[in-house]
Amino acid sequence: MKMLGFVLFVAAMVALHHDFWFWTDKRLVLGFLPIGLAYHLGYSVLASLAMLGLVRLAWPKDLDEDRSGGGAA
Amino acid sequence: MIPALVVFAYLSVVVYIGIFAFRKGRDSGEDYFLAGRQLGPFVFLLSLFGTNMTAFAILGSSGLSYRAGIGVYGLMASSSGFVIPLTIFFIGTRLWRLGKKYGHMTQVQYLRDRWECSFIGTLIFALTAAMLVPYIIIGVMGGGTTLEAISQYQDADGAVSSWVSYEAGGAIVAVVVMSYVFFGGMRGTAWVNTFQTLLFLCFGTVAFVLISRSLGGFDQAMERLASNPKTATLLSRERLAKEEFFSYMFIPLSSIMFPHIAIMCMTAEKVNHFKKTVVLYPLCIAAIWIPSVYLGVVAADQFPGLGKGESDDVILRMLNAHTDLWVSGILGAGIMACVMASDSQILALCTMFTEDIFAFYGGKERFGEKAQVWTGRAFVVLVTLTAYLIALQLKDKAGIFELAIRFAFSGFAALAPVMIAAMFWRRSTKWGALAAVLWVAGTLVATYVIHGQSEALAPKPGQPPVPIYPEWGRFLLRTPVNVTVFGFLPVMPMCLGSAVLVFVVSLLTPPPSAATLEKYFPSKTKA
Repeated sequence: MKMLGFVLFVAAMVALHHDFWFWTDKRLVLGFLPIGLAYHLGYSVLASLAMLGLVRLAWPKDLDEDRSGGGAA
Repeated sequence: MIPALVVFAYLSVVVYIGIFAFRKGRDSGEDYFLAGRQLGPFVFLLSLFGTNMTAFAILGSSGLSYRAGIGVYGLMASSSGFVIPLTIFFIGTRLWRLGKKYGHMTQVQYLRDRWECSFIGTLIFALTAAMLVPYIIIGVMGGGTTLEAISQYQDADGAVSSWVSYEAGGAIVAVVVMSYVFFGGMRGTAWVNTFQTLLFLCFGTVAFVLISRSLGGFDQAMERLASNPKTATLLSRERLAKEEFFSYMFIPLSSIMFPHIAIMCMTAEKVNHFKKTVVLYPLCIAAIWIPSVYLGVVAADQFPGLGKGESDDVILRMLNAHTDLWVSGILGAGIMACVMASDSQILALCTMFTEDIFAFYGGKERFGEKAQVWTGRAFVVLVTLTAYLIALQLKDKAGIFELAIRFAFSGFAALAPVMIAAMFWRRSTKWGALAAVLWVAGTLVATYVIHGQSEALAPKPGQPPVPIYPEWGRFLLRTPVNVTVFGFLPVMPMCLGSAVLVFVVSLLTPPPSAATLEKYFPSKTKA
């Protein structure tokens, strides 16, 4: 289930990256920012939020468990 | 002259940081190569990000945007802003944990142990070293070219000369990089990278604002571009092929397979440092790339009609035209910082040599740890000197190394399935990994050869791709700068082929021993 959730999450992010709907769109947001660039700026913010979600919800427990033990060999 | 003076001041600071790091260091391998695994969250984030930033992120991206438009951000930056932190999250953290637990300092040490095979490690060492060397050479070449460019002046007769020649510039950059890597090791390199990244983020923002003010805002420039049919396509992605855009998303998989990034992942003091890094990474990429791409497009309005070679330095032209000499000089130092990003590669190569070859084949046992560190330092000198001599000999052949770097990105990306299999699939075997590594090496050589052979067929920008072997239909096409497979970049079939080979060959061959599986997958083995 966890794996399926992860695959769907990655697939959704990959799909959102390929915004073919703005491919030929030359509109300017706020008069100076091409809409395709504005979209991908938004995508970068979304990627950051997605990483925050991963850190909060899917941080591997074994990493924290190992923190106290095992120094460098 | 002022920009050159600012750059020299910057280079002096960088050397001082290296010497300061040397004073803080100890003579142990772990301290020299991994900063004692004690980097804090701030230095870890900025140095990891700075290590990933190359000259291309600034100079190349704005030059390419000048020619191809705003799509360059989606093509190279926003995909990296998702894929790179994702790989750091899943692979980097595990490399950190295994390094801390078993004392690994390189990926090769982990892969050798995971698959109970020294040969696979030696093969991966050889392949990664071969793919890393062009970066180091390009770093020296870029340093020479940049110093020569920013020290230019016009004499009384109107002739343009430089205070610093290419040869002297390359030598200065080589000596500076060599000094702080030699003395400071990973600590010095990480501190320098942090300083460089901060410098660029701060002054890049200032420059962007100053250029905007000088132009009276960007609205008018954008309106002019939009109203001219020749430049309007720069505001969309019409100049990019959709297949190419799609296949570019595989490229950032290369990041975690670059030895300098993987090794950097082992330097964090605590695993929690990764949390801030992966969350802030996409925003750092945006902070650097959005202004670079945007200014590249604006430059098409300011300096129309530049050819491919000329457009590579549009960002420098914008700075010179719209900011005063001091800001231009400081930004020149920032650009210099990116050009000098070869420091991490030199250190990584030296770490790999001393750990995967010198120590693995008994040098450390025979001569001791102190000798190992000094072997590493000697290797730094040797690598830098060799890179400088090659840069001198092949001054006009930078294109060869730039091409090699493009192929290296594909090669490292195609090695990612090997690491993913090692980390997450207990049934993966050394034979599966070996098959994938041979596939990567073979396809790299094949694409390099086909690229060279099809150079004469390359269409001009804007023209459709040309079949390289007409009898094979659209299987192999030649675009102005790439060889493609059914329109997709070679990195895509390389990655997919590598993944299939790891999977299929692993299933056909015996798994690693129970002891090794117990070591790397303890909870599942116990269950």
